[in-house]
Amino acid sequence: MSASEFKHAGLNLGGADELTHEKAGSAVFGFWLFLMSDAVIFALLFATYGVMLPATVSGPTPANEYKILPVFLETLILLTSSFTFGMASVAMKHEASSRQLIGWMTVTLVLGFAFLGLELHDFAAMFGDGAYPTRSGYLSSFFALAPLHGIHVFFGSIWIIVVMVQVMTYRLDAQVKINILRLGLFWHFLDIVWIAIFSVVYLQGLIR
Amino acid sequence: MSGPNDTKRSDIRSYAIGYGLALALTCLAFAAVRWPSFASTTTFAIVLGLALVQMVVHFRFFLHISLRKSARDDLQLILFSTLIVILMVSGTLVILFNLRARMM
Repeated sequence: MSASEFKHAGLNLGGADELTHEKAGSAVFGFWLFLMSDAVIFALLFATYGVMLPATVSGPTPANEYKILPVFLETLILLTSSFTFGMASVAMKHEASSRQLIGWMTVTLVLGFAFLGLELHDFAAMFGDGAYPTRSGYLSSFFALAPLHGIHVFFGSIWIIVVMVQVMTYRLDAQVKINILRLGLFWHFLDIVWIAIFSVVYLQGLIR
Repeated sequence: MSGPNDTKRSDIRSYAIGYGLALALTCLAFAAVRWPSFASTTTFAIVLGLALVQMVVHFRFFLHISLRKSARDDLQLILFSTLIVILMVSGTLVILFNLRARMM
């Protein structure tokens, strides 16, 4: 470890770009505050889901509606996208040219859209079975929780596109680098929320 | 003092270790549900335990939160948020499950 200190969550630029590293501390901490409050919102939706779980009004139940294979694929895709975004951050930190960075971000973007496609396919199948949000308290709480995560992934993907355009337009200046650090925190955070969703929502519903 | 190539290698290694561990924990959790070998409450406890470990792995290797002293107190903020979450979630669950039991 070099003399530069650890200033914020996520990959630190110390040792590679000291000037940006100086600025990044407060910029990234502010975003970290937002993520933690977002985590509280998700936690309360989990609590609502737990309370509403028995309220199926003799309609569709979790065991009927969830399929283990698509959820497993979605989990693998999102986890891999977290890793590829990590590789993008490393390329941003250590490579002078932005070719690798753009490459890894493109892979992450494709994986993000693949995840969204699979999830939308699941939701469409549920709607086909008559499992729509107004059917029961259980389904209302499910459709408040899981699609909220999906919307986060969607806006994260849009954000990846915006940052890629920024990288190509402005090159890797300090502001763009800090943007990539924040986007990285957001993307890894979404993966952590997904751990809770696949464990508490899907796997709990599939246990027999 | 380590060279830039060493820090690059150790940065990549952190993500790779995290990815490997997370992959293993995910597969264990899905396997425990796909091929159940315990009572359902035990399986759910195992799934929750694995999820908790996987979250710690993500925080450690993807978000690089560690116990070393940092200029910003990210870890303290996480712990505080966790406290808030535990209070609100467990409070909600206890009160509403109790209410349901009384209404039955």
